[in-house]
Amino acid sequence: MSIHKFGIPSLLPENIKLLSGPGCPVCVTSRYFIDDTVACSKIDDVILTTLGDLIRVPGTETSLHEEKSAGRDIRIVYSVLDAIKIAQDNRDKKIVFPGIGFETTAPLSAAAILQATEIGLDNFYILSAHKIMPPVMAALIDEGVNIDGYICPGHVSVITGTQIYEPIVKNYALGCVVSGFEPLDILQSIYMLVHQIEKGQPELENQYCRAVKPEGNIKAQKMMYRVFKTRDDWWRGIGIIPDSGLSLTDEFKAFDAGQLFESLPGTHSDKDKGCICGEILKGLKTPEDCPLFSKACTPVDPVGACMVSSEGSCAAWYKYARGAV
Amino acid sequence: MCLSIPAEVLSIDGDMAEVSVGGTMYNASIRLVEDVDVGDFILIHSGYGIAKIDEAEANDTLNLMQEIKKKAERS
Amino acid sequence: MSSNIVTLDHGSGGKLTMDLIKMFTDYFGNSGPSGMADSAVVDAATNIVAFTTDSYVVNPIHFPGGDIGKLAVCGTVNDLAVSGAVPRYISCAFILEEGLKISELEQIVESMAKTAKAAGVIIVTGDTKVVERGACDRMFINTSGVGFLKQKHRSIGLGINVKPGDKILINGNIGDHGLAVLSIRNSFTNDIKTDCAPLNNLIENCLAVNDSIHFMRDATRGGLAAVLNELAEKIGFGVILIENSIPLAENTRGLCEFLGFDPLHLANEGKVIIVAGEGWEDILSTMKSHPFGKESQVIGTIVDKHPCRVVLETEIGGSRIIDIPAGMQLPRIC
Ligand code: SF4
Repeated sequence: MSIHKFGIPSLLPENIKLLSGPGCPVCVTSRYFIDDTVACSKIDDVILTTLGDLIRVPGTETSLHEEKSAGRDIRIVYSVLDAIKIAQDNRDKKIVFPGIGFETTAPLSAAAILQATEIGLDNFYILSAHKIMPPVMAALIDEGVNIDGYICPGHVSVITGTQIYEPIVKNYALGCVVSGFEPLDILQSIYMLVHQIEKGQPELENQYCRAVKPEGNIKAQKMMYRVFKTRDDWWRGIGIIPDSGLSLTDEFKAFDAGQLFESLPGTHSDKDKGCICGEILKGLKTPEDCPLFSKACTPVDPVGACMVSSEGSCAAWYKYARGAV
Repeated sequence: MCLSIPAEVLSIDGDMAEVSVGGTMYNASIRLVEDVDVGDFILIHSGYGIAKIDEAEANDTLNLMQEIKKKAERS
Repeated sequence: MSSNIVTLDHGSGGKLTMDLIKMFTDYFGNSGPSGMADSAVVDAATNIVAFTTDSYVVNPIHFPGGDIGKLAVCGTVNDLAVSGAVPRYISCAFILEEGLKISELEQIVESMAKTAKAAGVIIVTGDTKVVERGACDRMFINTSGVGFLKQKHRSIGLGINVKPGDKILINGNIGDHGLAVLSIRNSFTNDIKTDCAPLNNLIENCLAVNDSIHFMRDATRGGLAAVLNELAEKIGFGVILIENSIPLAENTRGLCEFLGFDPLHLANEGKVIIVAGEGWEDILSTMKSHPFGKESQVIGTIVDKHPCRVVLETEIGGSRIIDIPAGMQLPRIC
């Protein structure tokens, strides 16, 4: 997203190509997760609180946006903190918060649950679609995606530290540069990665030293792993990756929104009416290769998740790069 | 890539801190970060502080950026 | 006035309705035809008339730097002015929610009167309806307006004379209105204020300078991005915007980054985009000498390249396409 926002691709020579990996939490999340959030919102007494990111993502039948217009109590919040506040103010209702995001965001959900425990809130629930980064980075290479190095997400690394990328460098001989989000951060990171490739010495470098420590934010990691444990999870375009998602530990099961409804979670599938999001996420194709792109599928009327989140590859492409200026 | 922005800590009350994000006051949770003091800059993500920003390193980057800018202007 | 809240009786056409009308005419200062007759009968300055209407439903009705009344007058005045017209007469219709405090209504009416006076327009006719509690959110206002224009300004609103090489000017910081309203709704404390202002005087001054103005539009909902995309689409040329030259207050920039908003998509209520050809320098200095145009800037150019597209040159020299906003901007984390 930042990469497109600043117009960085237009500055690079032709032999440097940037692919957007599965770094957008909304894009990699299953359509069925949206169906689950919609199902939650239909339960009597539930107030569904959601981050703005999810509101327009299409589910199988409908989106939260449509359900809100149809009269469900769906509230857009900026933070899970707001959801806790709503739970405190509405003790007779059940407040559900869909947890999306990687290591940057999962500790926030964990902190909220710990706070709920402390203040004795028993009407706050999380529907977790939280995921973690390292398994998918390895899976991509295993799938044969042809890349020369990773620009690693700075704000995930703020929590995890740079250490999580060591196996990528060691096992796959690929360079990893942890990058900040200012335009010059990104340019510098690209430069560092190119330099590594030229030298033929892939290594782990940290461009974003001002916020990322090698060990990361240990307090946040501890909270995250007290409340969550890893589980196998499904990724759009990739499928099931072992130990790549987060679910609540037994100690905090009481906060799991899953218990609120009986219906079994749907089966995940990649077949989104001709959407090739998956291959785009893997960097095998660009949005221009999708026959639906900017025709049947636009940000106003998205088919796949990649078009919904403004950070999704297709939305970013549509918004910033169409017609390759 | 998750949105996150540096904010200055103005005051602290238990787990919460009043921070200034480019002139807007916001009450952020500092539950996830250790040893936060008034005057520190912290990264805010969706209402929570997630890291302290290292001032020395930040200045280094800032200086570097300034230098690049100057070079770019000269050329 | 006997009651201090608005009741359904205020809309019944009886005594209480008269009381309300009296309050309006007292403030709007035109006790003549408009107060009691079914239509206002007015004089026309020329035989080319611009006519516009708009409804205002902003919530909350007060926000930093303005209120729904000021907005309702400025919005209509500006819609007329950017069409090249000199706004003259305004109508206003209120839809009031039962239970609204009369004092609150009075504040808004006073604000409308003040704004109309400042803009040099007269509120000549109006209407009031009261609806049951819950049927509207405290108060909705519709205003319509009439203005008169010279033959040579007839096509300014259409932009048919816009040519490559024309400069794009704006009269100051963008995004403040959108964020001022959002801030008060979300109880963010900051000093961002709405830019809501009547622009007819500034625009009149500019039109008097020379005939270089080829297009004008106020950048309200959808912001700068919406206006320029619409223009590019219509004229078939491209638009190049220079990010570094777009006026943006530091606090607005900061809050945008915080919430993941694009300032180019945020609403303004006191910003006019002027596209001008040869002689634009004099327009710019005229804008700058007006109190509502001190921060005026040239922000871009009309070009032959990339027809129908708006392209932003970013602060680091990259470029990207600016699209119309897909929907409401929502706070997001990614
Ligand atoms: S353009 Fe739409 S349909 Fe095609 S891959 Fe992207 S999101 Fe899927």
